[in-house]
Amino acid sequence: MSRAAIFAKIESATAMVKAKAAYPEYDLSIVHSQPRLQGADLWEIFTRNFSAVNGRAMTSVAELLDFLKQSSQLHGYCDPLLYDDIGAQLAAAGLVVETEYHRDRYDDYQFGITRASGAIAESGTVIIDDDRTSHRLAALSPWVHIAVLSRGEIHRSIPDAIAAFGESPNIIWCTGPSKTADVEGILIEGVHGPGEQIALVI
Amino acid sequence: MIGIQPIDQYARDISDEKQASVIDGSSKGTEKRYHSLHQDYPDPDAIRKLAASIKDHTLHHLGEYLAKAEESLTARGVNVHYASTDEDARQTILAILRQHGVTQLTKSKSMAAEEIHLNPFLIENGVECLESDLGEFIIQLDGDEPSHIVKPIIHKNRRDIAKTFVREGVAADYNDDPETITRRARVFLREKYMQAQAGITGANFVCADTGRLALITNEGNSRFGMAPVQVHIALVGIEKVIPQEKDLAVFLNLLGRSATGQQLTVYTEFINGPRSANQPDGPEHMHVVFMDNGRTDVLASNCREILRCIRCGACQNVCPVYRQASGHAYRSTYGGPVGAVLSPILFGSRFPELADLPKASSLCGACNEVCPVDIPIPDLLLRLRDKAKKESVPSAGAIPMSPFATLATSPSLWRTAMTMSKAMNHLPIQVAPIKPLQDWLGQRTLPDSKGGDFRKWMKTHQADAARAGKAP
Repeated sequence: MSRAAIFAKIESATAMVKAKAAYPEYDLSIVHSQPRLQGADLWEIFTRNFSAVNGRAMTSVAELLDFLKQSSQLHGYCDPLLYDDIGAQLAAAGLVVETEYHRDRYDDYQFGITRASGAIAESGTVIIDDDRTSHRLAALSPWVHIAVLSRGEIHRSIPDAIAAFGESPNIIWCTGPSKTADVEGILIEGVHGPGEQIALVI
Repeated sequence: MIGIQPIDQYARDISDEKQASVIDGSSKGTEKRYHSLHQDYPDPDAIRKLAASIKDHTLHHLGEYLAKAEESLTARGVNVHYASTDEDARQTILAILRQHGVTQLTKSKSMAAEEIHLNPFLIENGVECLESDLGEFIIQLDGDEPSHIVKPIIHKNRRDIAKTFVREGVAADYNDDPETITRRARVFLREKYMQAQAGITGANFVCADTGRLALITNEGNSRFGMAPVQVHIALVGIEKVIPQEKDLAVFLNLLGRSATGQQLTVYTEFINGPRSANQPDGPEHMHVVFMDNGRTDVLASNCREILRCIRCGACQNVCPVYRQASGHAYRSTYGGPVGAVLSPILFGSRFPELADLPKASSLCGACNEVCPVDIPIPDLLLRLRDKAKKESVPSAGAIPMSPFATLATSPSLWRTAMTMSKAMNHLPIQVAPIKPLQDWLGQRTLPDSKGGDFRKWMKTHQADAARAGKAP
């Protein structure tokens, strides 16, 4: 009932518009930010922009291990598909690494290692999509989230990343750690999601 | 009644502390927002004009695009509902919740939900409904209303919040350190996320071609709220539709920068269906409720450009009236310049009551200058003032201008009045028992009246000029 009523009202309202605006043909290069796109390769551009939003880009498991040890984040989750490449090395160094995420123990996981399906160089964003990532919650509840991707999966610009959406019903772009400025405009990181967002290339 | 307009009264009564918070919060970040556009783009104006034309095109063909969005969503297993009014929307959402047996949910910030006062309604009907955006959470604890589109608690300071947390049992002791406040909310809310059975969100954009909803937050609350639950309900104004995914690049690049000076907000989520089969987290059921609630009336009005609005709050931040009076002074969900246009039409039955809002502007144009979709807000305010005049809607508290109009349109009356006005210099008008005059003079010092001396000067000057053989 509401549907028919709404469409009828839209019809009569738009009928009153004498000169209807045409869809503008435009080139997406208009929204490319040239200063942000400066750089020799996509990894360099990505790391610069990712650092600017307080993300940490890493290129080796050893680097990740150092960071986790220094920040005392010693218990976490690792996507089973990434265990051989990453989780096993952390476990060998004495960290507790689970390959199953149990919701009832959400507070036990201090870090979460999950697959990203790509990144955006221009904005310093990691992309997670439902089809390729093992657990949405493992990227959210731990203080440290490690998004794992390969160099070839970095999109140059925001329009490029949109063009590559594909069929996944759920895609999320993470541009730095979770943050708020609700209290007196003061920036605080780690509100509901991670306080540390890491991108690790393998 | 002659006196003072409601918005002026509000601005006068606001506490110094609250006003300081609003002025500070709205002016902060202005340069950052400006630079985030102007350092990245040689001609940001071209981008906002493009955004405006995409929105205008969509609005002028809204029936087609809305139908297409519905078709795209339905094809991907999403249940699409329509709600004509606020009451329809509330009942539709309640019916969905009952259908899925939901008794507890979290809700991420949505202006559409604010507009229909969804929280109190659901709570009355036995559904525990908790706001998960930090600012909105605090608003809910206080039984308050948000006063800014992007920064709902712009009018509160850390001490207010720390007291609320103690009073409402979120924290055991008083601590007003912003980081501690945030951590305490984190711990409190994640327990609620895990207990909930549904998540309610709004949507910033809906792409007609694939049905994809774009949802943005900085905190990650909407993502978290939906990860452990089985049901996702999105309440979406019908004007949120855009033609295609490609257009998202234009709007996302403008929205983050105009709202907070970020290229992108931290979490930008794109959803067009229940979770993937292989994914353990996320809703199995997705419902989209497209809501009219006055939007088609706005579309039929001569202020339809206001439907381009992408809710960035930039016009509120720069508005001198908003900064002084606060968002609450606008007495509706939408405050500031956008609210001064939108509220009187969107809530049409309240037009007479809200008719003072379009007048609460000096027409300085700052709101249009920062608008990412180039809404000509000052023009729209004038159109609404005209509407009030044509419909003879009296504005509460406004000083009637008709005596002045009579005076100003009759040269002889004007001359007489001018001559007589000299007498005012010798009369103690400050103590005249005329309330509006006192109100007015309370904040101003009148210069001495020259009593029409300019006219005399002009006459002599013209005569002199004529004698000298020159044009005056």
